[in-house]
Amino acid sequence: MTRTRLLLYIVFAAILVTLPLLGNNYVLRLATTASMYAVLTMAWNVVGGFAGYPLFGIAAFFGLGAYSSAIAQSSGYPITVAWLIAVVTGTTFAVFLGHILLRLRGHSFAIATLVIAEVLRELTNGWTTLTGGGMGLNLLAFPWSPTALAIFFFYAMFGLAVATFAITCVVARNRIGFALNCIRQNEDAANIVGIDTTRYKIVAFTLSGSFASAAGAIYASWTGYIEPTDVYDVLFSVKPIIMALLGGMGTVVGPVVGAIAFLALDEFVWRNFLLLHTGVLGFLIVVLILFLPSGLTSLRFDRLWHGAASS
Amino acid sequence: MIFFQYFVNGLILGGLYACIAAGFSLVWGVLSIINLLHGSLIVAGFYIAYFSYTLLGIHPFLSVVTSAVPLGGLSYIVQYGIINRVVAGSVLVTLILTFGLELMANNAMLISFSADYKKIILTHPLGVIHFGTLFIPLDRAASTLIAFFLILSLWLILRLTSMGRAIVAIRFDRQAALLMGIDVDKTYATTFALGGALAGAAGSLLSVSFPVAPLSGPLFLSKAFVICVLGGVGSISGAAIGGLAFGLLESFGAVLFGSEYALTLAFVVLIALLLARPHGLLGVKGF
Repeated sequence: MTRTRLLLYIVFAAILVTLPLLGNNYVLRLATTASMYAVLTMAWNVVGGFAGYPLFGIAAFFGLGAYSSAIAQSSGYPITVAWLIAVVTGTTFAVFLGHILLRLRGHSFAIATLVIAEVLRELTNGWTTLTGGGMGLNLLAFPWSPTALAIFFFYAMFGLAVATFAITCVVARNRIGFALNCIRQNEDAANIVGIDTTRYKIVAFTLSGSFASAAGAIYASWTGYIEPTDVYDVLFSVKPIIMALLGGMGTVVGPVVGAIAFLALDEFVWRNFLLLHTGVLGFLIVVLILFLPSGLTSLRFDRLWHGAASS
Repeated sequence: MIFFQYFVNGLILGGLYACIAAGFSLVWGVLSIINLLHGSLIVAGFYIAYFSYTLLGIHPFLSVVTSAVPLGGLSYIVQYGIINRVVAGSVLVTLILTFGLELMANNAMLISFSADYKKIILTHPLGVIHFGTLFIPLDRAASTLIAFFLILSLWLILRLTSMGRAIVAIRFDRQAALLMGIDVDKTYATTFALGGALAGAAGSLLSVSFPVAPLSGPLFLSKAFVICVLGGVGSISGAAIGGLAFGLLESFGAVLFGSEYALTLAFVVLIALLLARPHGLLGVKGF
């Protein structure tokens, strides 16, 4: 990492940290959503970008985290303990699932992970005594002002995003990152040269699961009401992929850039074409896949800059 | 015996499911893409049948043709113009692309047809026949028979026509097929069109049995996933047998576990099969 880059990150983070000073709850809500999207995208990126496995199951961990934290909170645990419980649940589930699913590759892996969220949603729907079923779960509201709540959840989600980013950086610059890179390029060859591919894949999958379940836990407390169709929505599995594609898969910064760019687009589309929202989203996906397959970070803005300077 | 009733119900359901899955399986097998648009094409087929019946009085079984042809054509254009550009890409790219197309199609249908569930209620239903305590709803049984006729036609097309042989050849070895002078792009588009036509036909057939809304696509799609893996990806006979097996699974599963867990049961079976028998229950490869 070059020094200018590090400086850029710090300035960017500093701007975000001072964001509550603006006193605008709409901006705070956007920033919280952006942080959440960034966490989900980085979570996806560890498996989907670094290891190149087509993961379609972020929603499963997100929803599991949301429900674990909501259930813990409604049985009287304080909020931080509830979040911890959610992360532990998500991580345990990821370890368990990783042992089973990571034997699959390609299409089979994609479909199996896609289906996990559906199974969890149906189970959540059915287990009414614990989860409230289709009625959803209401969480007790904090006796705080809306502004204080907005600031609290912004810092929670932003903190999670920073932590996730730091962990991803460490992973990318370490043995694990190298191993995952090898797996993406040629898993059989990686196996032959002595990389314990199964172990590294499970580590990646577990990291992904814990990031996503932490985001889900905070999301549940933030919105105060969750229901199965909301938190297990397939869009929570697909949006991270789109954001990663938008920003550049398999890079460390890509997911963050992608999340912010995507949110900007999403918000623009919501405001202007409410009824066509999903259709426009679909159109964006198609355009992105056909014309910008390596993401925004592959565009050479610096070249543009130099070109302008010389003329 | 109530057992036989469930068995017959399962088989009748299974025929429709086979039809839903056959085109999906063909596309997955030959193009090696998971076509998430398939569910939307089924729903579009339903709406063609629905409006043909309510506005023009055309029986849904006749709409099989009028929904298969335009949806097949549309599929050809979508494959030739859009998907072919990235068809050799990774699983991720093709899956996300068809997801984007699905979002567009669903949004368009949601705006045009509203979010309500609709179902065709025939003014002259064929009724029910009784064999002792066993009874068979004739409209559903007829749609199942037509479904099997369609699957058989697809199988014959793949066996007997030169276009069909080209499709099979590409499935076995794309490079060799290319070297033998087969136009891979056009054959891909034709395969996708066959899949789309079958989806449209399936949509018309199930209009007499199921209520459908613009966002029902994913439900049909998830069933197609399971059937495909049950029967073996890319195999037409596998899709037929997988469809029947899935119909039985759903019929008996609803009795044993309650119908709210039908989908969960199906998905658990799916994951178990992916892990234990990735080539399908029958282990059929090819056609």
